[in-house]
Amino acid sequence: MARPRRLVACCTVALIGLLSLRLQGQVTSQRLTSANSEPQNWLTYSGNYSSHRFSLLDQITPANVKNLELQWVYQAPVAGNWQTTPIVVDGMMYITQRPNDIIALDAVTGRLFWIYRYTPNPDRIVCCGANNRGIAILGDTLFMGTLDANLIAVDAKSGRQIWKTEVASTTAGYSITHAPLIVKDKVIVGVGGGEYGIRGFVAAYNVNTGKEAWRFYTIPGPGEKGHETWEACPPKSDGFCDPDAWKHGGGSIWMTGSYDPKLNLTYWGVGNVGPDYAGAQRPGDNLYTDSVVALDVDTGALRWHYQFTPHDVYDYDSVQVPVLVDNWGRTGIDALVWANRNGNYYALDRATGKFLLGRPFVKVNWMSDFDERGRPNQTPQPPGQPTYPGNQGGTNWYSPSFSPRTNLFYVSAWEDYASIYGPSPVEYRQGTNFTGGGPRPFGPVPGAPSFQRAPINTWTESAGHGAVLALDVATGDQKWKFAMTDVTDSGILTTASNLLFAGGREGYFQALDARTGALLWKTNLGGAINSGPMTYRVGNKQYVATVSGLSLFVFALKE
Amino acid sequence: MRTGFAMAVVTIVVGAIGVLSAQAPTQPLDDARGKPLHDAQYPDVDIALGAKLYGSRCITCHGAQGDAIGGVNLRSGKFRKAITDRDLATFIRAGSQSAGMPPFALDDTDMAGIIAYLRNMNTFDTATVKAGDVVRGRAIFEGKGACGTCHRVGRTGSRVAPDLTDIGSVRSAGSIQRSLLDPTSQMMPINRPVRLVMKDGTIINGRRLNEDTYTVQVIDDRERLRSILKADVKEFTISKASPMPSYKTLSSEELADLLGYLLSLKGQ
Repeated sequence: MARPRRLVACCTVALIGLLSLRLQGQVTSQRLTSANSEPQNWLTYSGNYSSHRFSLLDQITPANVKNLELQWVYQAPVAGNWQTTPIVVDGMMYITQRPNDIIALDAVTGRLFWIYRYTPNPDRIVCCGANNRGIAILGDTLFMGTLDANLIAVDAKSGRQIWKTEVASTTAGYSITHAPLIVKDKVIVGVGGGEYGIRGFVAAYNVNTGKEAWRFYTIPGPGEKGHETWEACPPKSDGFCDPDAWKHGGGSIWMTGSYDPKLNLTYWGVGNVGPDYAGAQRPGDNLYTDSVVALDVDTGALRWHYQFTPHDVYDYDSVQVPVLVDNWGRTGIDALVWANRNGNYYALDRATGKFLLGRPFVKVNWMSDFDERGRPNQTPQPPGQPTYPGNQGGTNWYSPSFSPRTNLFYVSAWEDYASIYGPSPVEYRQGTNFTGGGPRPFGPVPGAPSFQRAPINTWTESAGHGAVLALDVATGDQKWKFAMTDVTDSGILTTASNLLFAGGREGYFQALDARTGALLWKTNLGGAINSGPMTYRVGNKQYVATVSGLSLFVFALKE
Repeated sequence: MRTGFAMAVVTIVVGAIGVLSAQAPTQPLDDARGKPLHDAQYPDVDIALGAKLYGSRCITCHGAQGDAIGGVNLRSGKFRKAITDRDLATFIRAGSQSAGMPPFALDDTDMAGIIAYLRNMNTFDTATVKAGDVVRGRAIFEGKGACGTCHRVGRTGSRVAPDLTDIGSVRSAGSIQRSLLDPTSQMMPINRPVRLVMKDGTIINGRRLNEDTYTVQVIDDRERLRSILKADVKEFTISKASPMPSYKTLSSEELADLLGYLLSLKGQ
């Protein structure tokens, strides 16, 4: 009997070993693809490849959410708008803080294991908040894009840098602010800099070496399909027209894309055209700005595109996180749904790009309707008159959420919000602002002090407000609305227990009933919530985390 | 001679109109049909702003009298290629490569000012434009105007209406002028009078100081700071009408003096 006993002991040891490996095991490509099967973890920026920002965890429910209490706080030492979402792997949390630090924490206590500090080039040129929104993981390696347009691999156990690759020139206005997307053996990133006249691209790099595998330019060059949409200047231009507009046509990438393993396609939202407002100097539709592009993940080849705002003059970046919905509206179509900065909610066939649905979710007056192929009929407003939605959009980069339980799509919106646009010609100069004019808020009191938002909200009801909107994913019908007084830049998290978590600029962190929008719980965290909440479980306890102001707050149910 | 009341009475030294900055008032560049506006419709504050901008952006080429370039006389107020104000704005923004004029990226406010000045260059004499009398204006503020009944300057006056201690540095001359004549048009939304009827029947009247989704902060009509949970409120009324009276009853000279005094208030 000794031998069987020894066998059992050996098996037990092996099992424990396997379990412990699992507890702190490598994040394989398969685990990323099957992220929904391990809801205790939050393995990618949006929670899964479909970017639902939805969790199957259900310990916290509408009935007990009132019992949430603070577990721990991590206070960042760097001031400034903090837009990151952590990832959690088997009890370990990894989070970025400004400018390009990575921190490894115990997800239960908030105690730190290590900090990786990266100092971006002091001559970097980064627009609009100079943020980092997160990291990606594969194996034991973390991947981060930097403000000076480098891609860095860091050992997840030691916090030591493994490799660094320059993606683009920071002095020419390129940067990386979003969390990379890992697919198979590639780490995929895009470049920001739409206000500096960059030529945008998405590129894939080998996870082991950092060597570039492919690159897709969001502004097609001569001879490439789509280049014809950068039309020649008319022979007699009234104003300044740039015959080389495509060379600095923008098309930045500053939010993380999505991935469909079945189609082997990765989807990325493309930012505004450059210059933002001076449309006369870049005739044509200006592809692929303000578009979604579907790329073969192995080659980077363009499979299809859809342009939300042709020839944009409003800065309607289409960088929103692409959300993949299977069997959309029970049609059998696997769709990609999208609440765009231009104020419309869209559904597209994600295999072909076919336009399925487009309709406003906020007030829109820059267009009237769509033709049968989904091209908007644009209705430019007279000079000096307000355009809805305004410059910051009906929504913006704030992560939406899709709940397969409610079949609702949730988006943070700015309602009744407009801007008055004042375009002006601008010549490209490397590394300098290239917007071509600028918008001003549509407000009722010319000559009065500029509007302010939090902490004193002088904008009030006169110039727009925030809301969480719940849209029927198949029709875009608004099912409910949770209105806020101030606007919101918060992402949204939903869970299998029909909870929705969201914040806003006012600093409240709220739990709503995802079915009805009813407020179930709130706490005032004191600082604007500009990132997307996430959830994870360690042991038997479910946690909900959100960044507010300069701090990361983590909640769980009272013991 | 121009007949607008402020042109005749309210005189603003160009050097003193730094307050006009980019927040000076704007007028529509033209009406919806593109019809040129009559010069009487250009506010004097816009003209004064335009004069200042002209002095910094245009004078090098066009000269003080607007006639330094052969064949171009800006003082005429008429332009070969720009019939409407919109034409003029387009031309200024685009520039003229053939004439060697660079494009000017002016915002709507500055553009309105430049156009107002160009349309009135021949009658606008910056040397004679002076501010109203600050001392007399203060006397009106504290006496006949009874402004301190609601407003406060420094440590004197009421807190019921917005504090004016630094009004001369946060509002343009035009905005202050319009506030005196048409207060509602210039009331900041945050300052709107509110009336709250609480669920227990208590009524709170005051001026809004801040508001979020769940609360509102006011200073009530007895100068008490109140923070109110909206959940406790039965009725919440936000008035868009200013309780401040119009000072159209003052003479032009008195209004100019009062404006001069308010423009002199730059904070402690």
